[in-house]
Amino acid sequence: MKNILKLFSVIILFSVSSVNVISAEKVEFLKTDWTFKGLFGKFDRASLQRGYQVYTEVCAACHSMKYLSYRNLSEKGGPEFSVAQAKAIAASFEVTDGPNADGEMFQRPGKLSDKFVMPYENVKAAEAANGGAYPPDMSVLVKARGGGVDYIYSLLQGYEEAPSGMILDDGVHYNKYMYGNKIKMSAPLSDGIIEYSDGTKASVEQMSKDVTTFLMWAAEPSLEARHQMGFKAIVYLIILTVLVYFSMKRIWSRVKSEV
Amino acid sequence: MSDHEYTPKSKAGKWFNDRLPLLTLANHLTDYPTPKNLNYWWTFGGILTFCLITQIVTGLVLAMHYIAHADMAFESVEHIMRDVNYGWLIRYIHANGASMFFLAVYIHIFRSLFYGSYKSPREIIWIIGIIIYLLMMAAAFMGYVLPWGQMSFWGATVITNLFSAIPFVGEGVVTWLWGGYSVDNPTLTRFFTLHYLIPFLILGLVVLHIWALHVPGNNNPVGIDVKKPSKDTVPFHPYIVIKDGFALLMFMIVFAFFVFYAPNILGHADNYIEANPLVTPAHIVPEWYLLPFYAILRSVPDKLLGVVAMLSAILILAVLPWLDTSKIRSAVFRPLYKQFYWILVADVLILGYVGAMPAEGLYLLIARVATAYYFLHFLVILPVLGLKERTIPLPLSITEPVLGGSPNIAMAKKNESKIE
Repeated sequence: MKNILKLFSVIILFSVSSVNVISAEKVEFLKTDWTFKGLFGKFDRASLQRGYQVYTEVCAACHSMKYLSYRNLSEKGGPEFSVAQAKAIAASFEVTDGPNADGEMFQRPGKLSDKFVMPYENVKAAEAANGGAYPPDMSVLVKARGGGVDYIYSLLQGYEEAPSGMILDDGVHYNKYMYGNKIKMSAPLSDGIIEYSDGTKASVEQMSKDVTTFLMWAAEPSLEARHQMGFKAIVYLIILTVLVYFSMKRIWSRVKSEV
Repeated sequence: MSDHEYTPKSKAGKWFNDRLPLLTLANHLTDYPTPKNLNYWWTFGGILTFCLITQIVTGLVLAMHYIAHADMAFESVEHIMRDVNYGWLIRYIHANGASMFFLAVYIHIFRSLFYGSYKSPREIIWIIGIIIYLLMMAAAFMGYVLPWGQMSFWGATVITNLFSAIPFVGEGVVTWLWGGYSVDNPTLTRFFTLHYLIPFLILGLVVLHIWALHVPGNNNPVGIDVKKPSKDTVPFHPYIVIKDGFALLMFMIVFAFFVFYAPNILGHADNYIEANPLVTPAHIVPEWYLLPFYAILRSVPDKLLGVVAMLSAILILAVLPWLDTSKIRSAVFRPLYKQFYWILVADVLILGYVGAMPAEGLYLLIARVATAYYFLHFLVILPVLGLKERTIPLPLSITEPVLGGSPNIAMAKKNESKIE
């Protein structure tokens, strides 16, 4: 058994050290208590719904979310809008469909099965409208950035006066947490920029937290299912391991040897 | 193969077995005499078989939903993550499975190095193992390209560009590998094809690996030959089966932790950005399991020599049975080798660490020293040590150390403390 423990600790140590090597981050990000972290982590439903509101009223003006569909908004483990609400949300967008029998494209209200409508026709159009910088697609943005949710949360609150001596070009802003500290996106949030439908006070901090939660869900829609299944799987494995351990002891007791 | 004749009991069994001796094979595998003093480091062979099967099964399902096209690959991976039933689970098992596979193979290789399992008469097992390891690296590298993220694209660009170091024909070879003048759709489709093929080649080699193992039988922690079957051995089933099973379950707990609670921690964030030939990432780093070799590559200032050094670092392992001149297998009886062994382990870990860091300043210096030491270990230390080292007398049989209190072991301990 001592050997097993030794072996086990080597594996853990090795995994941990390799993890440290890879996720070496130097900037200290702002921290907040994310409900979706940890063994039983789940999304805060209300926060997700508010986050969607921030996304759609602020971010969606420039940032697409091309891998999500309106139906996702009513699915389990997400913001869990009712199906009627999700349908209404979808219908509030104009979708280009076609070609019809006459060979022409036409506009119709969105359906649950439609993907989120994109703010720009294509990448070039997005760049042209944003001073040459492409506002990245937000579907998997949280997973595509080193610090993950903490990074996004910090960045949204990281706008400051540029330190004296730093010269910023026109249309470039200073952000404490941005790589190189220069960002083309102007501070997107300000206190009271939107009015939450549930009456929560729309402070920059609150909105940052809500929209980041929403982005986390967008990137990992199956996070809750994963945590639930993971707990069951690991408990099952541990019980089985214990049973097998005692069977092994029993079987090996016939031999004069140590296991 | 088997040491005794086997006849199936039933008439039908005998009829079948006379025509295709599958039952004889099954009997050989269950009865296979195994040294009873094998420790848990010996369970990684079974664990690796599990890893290979897991990768093949999950990979098969992923291939049903993945689209190998430069414009659609990234999207199809997101489709798997979002719309395929349990697609997220299958993909995370496959992606983390690669890391688990390498974790297990490194333990397996270093176990062999410690206990001298590569020595006569097991050289062929060892060489087949090295070929499997090479194929694993190729499969893992090409698999990492398939999601067509930024690291996929730029990793593929960096690695394929290594071939341009070949004198005279280098550029032509690279164009041929790419199927064009840059990493693009033709590169992706051929990588997908090869990524699908290689695991089956590995599977075939695993069969040979095990076959070659079953000729001399397992080495063991004491490293002396075992008479089989005898008091020193136990039949593979149920003794080794249950022990391997127990170790596998422990391994699966670690595996499950990564899949369910940290599925992206071993990957690079940049690979969730779709490949863009116009934007180069700040740092291009391979997956963790290739980092030591990446460090060796970068530690040599000349491109061609760097590639040669990297390849030699792997291929030198193939001739290891002849570089190590010591007749004693197990490091337990080689007090000096034991120390050099642990220095080598540290050296490889250091190489892995600096491989993840930018190749400049102190990191580069450390990488160079560690690279030099790596080759020194195999080319100088091992051959000389085998001739000069004063080893500890071997016990007469493995039963002695197993039961404890043997005069040989006591003597061994005393000698060891004297040498230290």
